[in-house]
Amino acid sequence: MSKSIDQAFVHAKQWLLSWLTGSPGWVVQVASILINIFMLLAVFLTLFALISVLERKILARMQNRYGPNRVGPFGLFQPIADGIKMLIKEDIVPARADKIVHFLAPVLIAAVAILTLGVIPYGRNMTPFTIDGGILFFFAVGSATELAVFMAGWGSNNKFSMLGAMRAIAQMFSYELPLIISVLPVVMVVGSLTPDRIVAAQAGYTYGLVPRWFAFTPWGAAAFILFSVSGLVESNRTPFDVPEGESEIVAGHMTEYSGFKYATFFMAEYIGMFAVSGLATTLFLGGWHAPARILEIIPSYVWFFVKLGALLFVYIWVRGTLPRTRIDQMMNFAWKFMLPMAFTCIVAAAVWHYAGRGLRGWLWSLVVIAVVYTALSILLDTKRKFAPRVYRFAE
Amino acid sequence: MSSAAFVIISVFTLAAALAAATLRKLMHAALSFAVALVGIAAFFFLLGAEFVGLALVFIYIGAVAVLIVFTILLTRRHAGKDRGFNWSGVAIAVAVFGGLTWSIVKTQSLSIVAPHVPALTVKRIGQALMTSYVWPLQCVGLLLTAALIGALVLVMEEKR
Repeated sequence: MSKSIDQAFVHAKQWLLSWLTGSPGWVVQVASILINIFMLLAVFLTLFALISVLERKILARMQNRYGPNRVGPFGLFQPIADGIKMLIKEDIVPARADKIVHFLAPVLIAAVAILTLGVIPYGRNMTPFTIDGGILFFFAVGSATELAVFMAGWGSNNKFSMLGAMRAIAQMFSYELPLIISVLPVVMVVGSLTPDRIVAAQAGYTYGLVPRWFAFTPWGAAAFILFSVSGLVESNRTPFDVPEGESEIVAGHMTEYSGFKYATFFMAEYIGMFAVSGLATTLFLGGWHAPARILEIIPSYVWFFVKLGALLFVYIWVRGTLPRTRIDQMMNFAWKFMLPMAFTCIVAAAVWHYAGRGLRGWLWSLVVIAVVYTALSILLDTKRKFAPRVYRFAE
Repeated sequence: MSSAAFVIISVFTLAAALAAATLRKLMHAALSFAVALVGIAAFFFLLGAEFVGLALVFIYIGAVAVLIVFTILLTRRHAGKDRGFNWSGVAIAVAVFGGLTWSIVKTQSLSIVAPHVPALTVKRIGQALMTSYVWPLQCVGLLLTAALIGALVLVMEEKR
């Protein structure tokens, strides 16, 4: 029974494809691809609408307000109202803007964000796009975001836009390194770049109790935190929303966008956040595996989305709690702390592997992480934390 | 199916390359160049060489294209100015085309039927890199890490 619920979507797709029996192979192939794309868009656009209203509700709760509560029950229809508002707004293109680049930037950024969703396994046998180097695909396609942000900033022909784009690209490049390097220990330990294999490697339970997720090993926990922080930066969210800091540069690369183009940027940002959280779930939180054997009767995709939701809640929580960082603080943090820690995770994972992947390896890798962490915190404590900021170029 | 895809990708890539060579605004040319690179990556995918295609997208779209557009942004004062006609460019283009044509015509293997080789999976590339080619890999890794640290040292604030 639970097995058939688990595979309900897979069977539904096979049933839909069974209508096409007899037609040439490529028709079935194209139909299968279209079904996957349709499902992916349907699920994640709904999730986008839901999260956009939930985020406002949660932030309001943290700031002791009510949040949206006028449209529909508990304000749940707010995204529909927002969508209609965005659609009927005037689309303003600046007179001196580069029209083509200005138009293509939101298209590219949204396309890239949606493409990265394709390689994540959402449940047992539920990977929309199975590819050998899935993890590589995720980062390769995701790296085109930088070009899209640049196009938005340059195409708008506005100084605020250009400054925002420069900041965005600087922080994306800096944090792409720890983001990718914190993935490497997992790839090393599993020995595969395929997301399905990585999820499969996290099946089972140690002592029949603790799930074998990589987040429960010292190197995995450290890499998970590094990955989540870098992912937060990559999706340009508070406290790392320097590129679009409202009080400094209006809205960064999105300054000259209005109406539905602005909504597209907004959507791309959220979808990017879903993609990074989804990949974090896949890499460190066991993907679609249940946290306990007794809970395996609940379908796999439910577990995936529960974990995704938990991560998204943490992202919203952080946004409601922390103020914006300064750009130089961010850069210092990336190069002086995140990068060495990410390299340490690789070493700790190797130690864990060669000490037999048991309790001994667990403790040894904890020692490696703890030693480097302590050393870094002593080294980086320069005793001039509260000195006045020195401006070198703006005198 | 695959020959149709070949024609579509060829037209796409050639159009983008032509645009990169002829567009008046330098920034448009650079972006068209990035599009042409996407087309070349698509060729690798069509040939089943996933890894090469992904690496191409990763390095050329993610890094080199951004580097090029930033170089243009930071060096050009009059981005919209007419570039004029460059005869040395023609000479280089003719030389490259001639060289390629000569080497393609000279090869014997065009008439030979390609032997059946097993699919080039990412796993096989990884195994080859970590066993037969581990020394070159380590050297490249060391070089790139040194370059990374060197870049950091270059931009570090100087002590007063």
